[in-house]
Amino acid sequence: MKIAATLGLTLFALPLALMAATQVSDADLGKLTGQIKVDGSSTVYPITEAVAEDFQAKAPKTRPTVSVSGTGGGFKRFCTGETDITNASRPISKTEMENAKTSKIDFIELPIAFDGLAIVVNLANTWVTQISLDELKKIFSANSPAKKWSDVNPSWPNETIQVFSPGTDSGTFDYFKEVTVGSDGKIRSDLSVSEDDNVLVTGVAGDKNAIGYFGFAYFTENSAKLKLVPVDAGKGAIAPNDLTIENGTYAPFSRPLFIYVNAKSAQRPEIAAFVDFYLSNTAELAKQVGYTPLPKIIIDRATANWKAKKLGTQYIDASGNKVQGSIATVYK
Amino acid sequence: MSALSMRTRRIVKNRAFLALCLLSTSVTILILALLIMSIMLQGSHFLFNSEAINAVFAHGELSQLTKVIRWEFLTNFASRFPQKAGIYAAVIGSIWVCAICALLALPLGIGTAIYLEEFAPKNRLTALIDFNIRNLAGVPSIVYGILGLTAFTRMFGFFGSDKNSALSFGPEDAWWHIQLPFGQGLLAGGLTLMLVVLPIVIISSREALRAVPASLRQASLAIGATPWQTASFITLPAAIPSILTGAILAMSRAMGEAAPLLVLGIPVFIANTPDNLTDNFTVLPFQIFNWAGRPQESFHQLAASAIVVLLVVLICFNGVAVYLRHKLRRPMA
Repeated sequence: MKIAATLGLTLFALPLALMAATQVSDADLGKLTGQIKVDGSSTVYPITEAVAEDFQAKAPKTRPTVSVSGTGGGFKRFCTGETDITNASRPISKTEMENAKTSKIDFIELPIAFDGLAIVVNLANTWVTQISLDELKKIFSANSPAKKWSDVNPSWPNETIQVFSPGTDSGTFDYFKEVTVGSDGKIRSDLSVSEDDNVLVTGVAGDKNAIGYFGFAYFTENSAKLKLVPVDAGKGAIAPNDLTIENGTYAPFSRPLFIYVNAKSAQRPEIAAFVDFYLSNTAELAKQVGYTPLPKIIIDRATANWKAKKLGTQYIDASGNKVQGSIATVYK
Repeated sequence: MSALSMRTRRIVKNRAFLALCLLSTSVTILILALLIMSIMLQGSHFLFNSEAINAVFAHGELSQLTKVIRWEFLTNFASRFPQKAGIYAAVIGSIWVCAICALLALPLGIGTAIYLEEFAPKNRLTALIDFNIRNLAGVPSIVYGILGLTAFTRMFGFFGSDKNSALSFGPEDAWWHIQLPFGQGLLAGGLTLMLVVLPIVIISSREALRAVPASLRQASLAIGATPWQTASFITLPAAIPSILTGAILAMSRAMGEAAPLLVLGIPVFIANTPDNLTDNFTVLPFQIFNWAGRPQESFHQLAASAIVVLLVVLICFNGVAVYLRHKLRRPMA
């Protein structure tokens, strides 16, 4: 009886002790002070804003601030040690890695959500029912850009294509470029560019011959005004939705979003608590602000990397080559 | 051609010109009215409490009058829930930064204007300075942002980074705590905006001083007053209404600037008000820019509500300018 009671108590106490070791209690959160400086991608901003909002409610003496310099601008500041955490809508680049190295900045890379890129055309566009990567390349590449729809596909009308794209400093542009024309390729320069995706929505909705791309959330909010184009990447045409983005079948246009944490800052208790809080709440919060949560297994792997303080990026291997592939294969 | 037809033609021309002027005026006013109307319509959802409006205007319950405005929009911090979102941090930040900007830019600008207009000899050097100031007034504000980033936010890297500052004064929780470099703090923002508005303040103050009739100065000097006495007792008081108008217009410019602060990297989300002069802040144009770029329609409405608040503040500024102009104006010459 006594043994059973002790055993029961141990069994009961064990998970509690484990939880205490990993999770800071609410009372301890309330004692934390200090600044948490976050900058970077405007795509990731809504998620980090939500995390900061809820975190500060629990730890009122901390001061999280979130700026929006874009993925590239954010990495510039992060790699000189100006910020603790940077939001990124693409993995860190080789040049940015080198900059971090020169300023002796170590970092931890953590995927936190999925964003699908929606390819959209005008509602009056009857000819595009699906699009292949080759056709996208023909439309967006700087070499031999298709001026007219008929240049892409002879059965399409003989009219000039109007191309809409997010700004060239955004991670969204970088990601799209990489997928369509490759990292060495160039995107055509006669685009209508806007940093504000709502402008792209209005642009595509107002021009019969327009094509554009942007974050999936902007399509969901404007689904009545735009026509979504399923993408054929060799395995048949697939339209983005929560399921296809999450399970990776909407490849290659479902992209992971990241936060990068400065390893030195991570030693500060308020930053550590913030990142803990981020990882344990990102699935729910990402959904609330219109993104697709990562599968639990990826978040678990990210959390394990965070606990182990695994430095560097998974997207550049030891010999400096880019690692390609879906997040499930990159994050093992 | 007879004299009569010449006269008719002149009159017709005159009327046509008048019509043209009226047309351009009404187009300007129409655009402004359209803008304000559409913003008000879009922004009313988060600015006003429809239940309270109904109670006051349909049922005459005057006790509900104070609830017509959704005060929580002004007193809440930013949030991912549009219903809970507010602009408190942005309003306080805007006020702080504009106050700092005014305290720095006005004495410097008006002082420069007095020197250049009243004391400086007319030679090549002052001509060069004059030329420079006029050019600076035309420089896009984002360029000042880049200057502010190097000079104020990072201070050329002399004092480490703002996360790891090498020099600071006062305990960290004191209101007079100041750290170098200024980072994304109020001083960095205020000083950068000062750079933006300084040329405008100088030019408008010089125009104001130049408008003071020369006879006033000559009379003052003729009865033996020194240039200092002439400037401080005669010229400056006479020019003050116009100087203030220019200054207030410059301040409304500072209030609406987002580009130079964007370059400094100041945050959009911050759920605190600044405690000291190097503490972080955000400003209204920033919050508007961010909300307007969100995918959800509710955030566009929030942006419109914040624009209405910004417009009201700017109209108040301009109202003060008009009032001061009338109040302080004295007959000259």
